[in-house]
Amino acid sequence: MNDSIELTYEVSGDDFTRAGEASSDCKQKLKRLGVPPDVIRKVAIAMYEGEINMVIHANGGKIKVTISMDEITMELADRGPGIPDIEKALRPGYSTAPEDVRSLGFGAGMGLPNMKKYTDDIHITTELGVGTTVTMKVKL
Amino acid sequence: MTIADVKEYIHGEVLCGEDHLDREVHMACGSDLMSDVLAFVKDQSVLLTGLCNPQVIRTAEMMDILCLVFVRSKKPTPEMIELAKEGGIVVMTTGHRMFTACGLLYSHGLRGGADYERFY
Repeated sequence: MNDSIELTYEVSGDDFTRAGEASSDCKQKLKRLGVPPDVIRKVAIAMYEGEINMVIHANGGKIKVTISMDEITMELADRGPGIPDIEKALRPGYSTAPEDVRSLGFGAGMGLPNMKKYTDDIHITTELGVGTTVTMKVKL
Repeated sequence: MTIADVKEYIHGEVLCGEDHLDREVHMACGSDLMSDVLAFVKDQSVLLTGLCNPQVIRTAEMMDILCLVFVRSKKPTPEMIELAKEGGIVVMTTGHRMFTACGLLYSHGLRGGADYERFY
């Protein structure tokens, strides 16, 4: 099957004000491809939360979005510090974000829970000191 | 109600998106916490917030929010206005505080749209 479309993004880690550019671009492209609006919104929210996480915790990273006939897969890979306890990180309200990020409206411990909520499948691989890869799928 | 009605009820000043004032809005959300806004995927067409940074516009864009209201006379930067224009989002500012601005819209029939309302 060569019908899939791939989008790749480099997420810069040094500028919080620019976080969301990749998700915004992806959302526009999905719209143009005629993906149903409810699917687009789920993908956009999950990817945006992931992108924000990358900027807050991991100094940026890479995002690969694959659109196939039956699902959209987002792979967010960073070279950040890794997640010591994934179970804790998935708990709503649990946060390790610094105070300055909280004052910007994020870091309330809802990022990963929201990503889980809006996707049909989420898989996290992480290694301390090496990085984290979050793979999420939304069915079409 | 329409976005023009929102403007009237909260004595708002429109900063961009004047062409879209005739759009209908049914549900609103008032929050300074963007993660909370992102936690409810239902159609929230208006977002009222006291937070003023580019991520507010991004959040509105991801959620397909039609109208963004900055309370307590907060004014977004020109860059934020540009972002909002690109996303076709109406941006306005009001001198009212969050509680009052939300109350004025609620008293005119705009609702929150959260599951909580099922109990009434």
